Amino acid sequence: MTTKTILEVRDLSASINGVPILKGMDMTINAGEVHAIMGPNGSGKSTFAKVLAGHPAYEVTGGSVLLRGQDLFAMPAEERARAGVFLGFQYPIEVPGVTNSAFLRLAYNTVQGARGRDELDPLEFDDFVQEKLALLEMDPAFLDRSVNEGFSGGEKKRNEILQMAVLEPMLAILDEVDSGLDIDALRIVASGVNRLRTADNAILLVTHYQRLLDHIVPDYVHVMDGGRVLRTGSKDLALELESRGYDWVAKEKAGVAA
Amino acid sequence: MSSVLQNLVNQPYRHGFVTDIDADVAPKGLNEDIIRLISHKKGEPEWLLEFRLKAFRHWLTMTEPAWANVKYPKIDFQDIIYYSAPKPKAKLASMDEVDPELLRTFEKLGVPLHEQKALAGVAVDVIFDSVSVTTTYKQRLAEVGIIFCSMSEAVRDHPELVRRYLGSVVPYTDNYYAALNSAVFTDGSFCFIPRGVKCPMELSTYFRINTQESGQFERTLIVAEESAQVSYLEGCTAPKFDTNQLHAAVVELVALDDADIKYSTVQNWYAGDENGVGGIYNFVTKRGLCKGVNSKISWTQVETGSAITWKYPSCVLLGENSIGEFYSVALTNHHQQADTGTKMIHVGRNTRSTIISKGISAGSSNNSYRGLVRIGGKADNARNFSQCDSMLIGDRCGASTFPYIQVHNSSAKVEHEATTSKIGEDQLFYFAQRGIGTEEAVSMIINGFCKDVFTQLPMEFAVEATKLLGLKLEGSVG
Repeated sequence: MTTKTILEVRDLSASINGVPILKGMDMTINAGEVHAIMGPNGSGKSTFAKVLAGHPAYEVTGGSVLLRGQDLFAMPAEERARAGVFLGFQYPIEVPGVTNSAFLRLAYNTVQGARGRDELDPLEFDDFVQEKLALLEMDPAFLDRSVNEGFSGGEKKRNEILQMAVLEPMLAILDEVDSGLDIDALRIVASGVNRLRTADNAILLVTHYQRLLDHIVPDYVHVMDGGRVLRTGSKDLALELESRGYDWVAKEKAGVAA
Repeated sequence: MSSVLQNLVNQPYRHGFVTDIDADVAPKGLNEDIIRLISHKKGEPEWLLEFRLKAFRHWLTMTEPAWANVKYPKIDFQDIIYYSAPKPKAKLASMDEVDPELLRTFEKLGVPLHEQKALAGVAVDVIFDSVSVTTTYKQRLAEVGIIFCSMSEAVRDHPELVRRYLGSVVPYTDNYYAALNSAVFTDGSFCFIPRGVKCPMELSTYFRINTQESGQFERTLIVAEESAQVSYLEGCTAPKFDTNQLHAAVVELVALDDADIKYSTVQNWYAGDENGVGGIYNFVTKRGLCKGVNSKISWTQVETGSAITWKYPSCVLLGENSIGEFYSVALTNHHQQADTGTKMIHVGRNTRSTIISKGISAGSSNNSYRGLVRIGGKADNARNFSQCDSMLIGDRCGASTFPYIQVHNSSAKVEHEATTSKIGEDQLFYFAQRGIGTEEAVSMIINGFCKDVFTQLPMEFAVEATKLLGLKLEGSVG
């Protein structure tokens, strides 16, 4: 079997308000793989995640990204979502007065519709979403609360993964899904993510901390700095970063270049 | 993204047509002769003319209020037509005699006047410019003792009731526009629910301004006697003109012991164009008096129109254990300005009030909440809860909150909560990232934001209000 390539990033540059952030990113992600991006603050990790998802504040200034062979940048953000790109937000917004279940169902039906599948009515959807709640050990009462309103940091992150479970994306980009989580919540979120892994989808983790990667074990670890990938390795690279910090990666890269 | 939001808010106004109809129009300007003319045309009794003249003389001594957070050029009160009535002015025996052009107008507006076609269970009084053109279901209501008619008819057929209650809640000395209205009001709705009667259907008045230079000064009076109940709806539209029209109405509600009045408004006067040209100046005084014990008055308003809104539907809680409620959604777009809110005046013991205000600002508009909660010295154990939320769409609009709280009784409890949120790039991106497009996202966010108010509206109005907000915001987000 040949591997299915889900995402192909070539020499990608992007800026915000005219300030270049990404300066020549390259990355290939195949089906069934988990990738992790690590790097110091300001290295461009979160920007990369938002550019892939289509945040309007960022301008793509060069390079290309193909999603299953299709030009990702030809699609507005909502089409990318319908095509299977999911971004788990670092800071999910609150939507007062809109219940989680109404929001989830609208998102689900929109994405299903785009995939040519049947939509679910509220009762059918309720059955469907109950299973997903169990996956994340979430109380069904979550469904009746307003989207993210008054949620703790950990609840918001779990809610993001619940949305991922509902939308079944081809590529899930999880931006600092571990930030603000205590150890129990981290375990629950990680086990939820692991159970959503299949041979057909891929996961891109953006994180500061190695500890997440103890729970969700990546196939590849990329170290970013200055808007591009400096080094790619196995999960052992994350352990090395944990003990040695980031500086040596940049120095080594500079040494090689010199 | 910006342009998407813009398109979403900039939906054209659908009620902006003018009906070509013969009208009986008084000359422009305001003086005692004009007032005598109005009174004469309406065949009014002497006491009412006196009421008008006293109000006019008082008005002359007053100055226009300038404290509201709105800006507009000085109004020339001599450049307004104070009386405009569609001809023929002859008394109509049945709906068949209504000018077909008028019927078509209201059909176009979605207000069916033929009773057989009318919305099930809603009686409608229709005010076209200065006069009431028809009231539906009158007969059926009369069978249970309810009087529902135009103010002119009420003056003629029930003068003693009108005389007893007119100006009893909003005296002509109350404020500048109330005085003006008392002097020149031409018509409006009158509704009387006798003791113990629960009104079997929603009552509704539909206001339409048609003439370009006319003002609309209607006067509505609703009286619910002991243990009576009524739910009343008011809708408003006007044609598009590039000049401003003045709308200065007065609404008075009186609730006796154990009575319950629910007054709902969906206001969609023409708001002016995207450059702020034209539109209605909506300077309205609405007040309810909870006169009896255990009485309740509830205001629900969805304000989407008018170039300028200056409006504070209020409750005077006189009776012990009486309850006042105010639920409001005020939406402004383009160059609209709204200064709206409520007053809850607690006089009696154990009185309670709730204020839920939702302001939505888009475009370059300015939206202010202004509310007064006053707890009088004798209002033991009075309670108030206020929640004032603002939502900003885009970054050129403004929202302000001016709460005034005066407590003269130490056993009172007053709570005030306020929030500000916005629909911007990040909110829409979150929805987009879940596959949801801008229009649906805005509609979902707005409906969620307004939910606490919409649930207070009668069903059909709630649907209309939801649609209306969607239309008004079309093109505004992005």
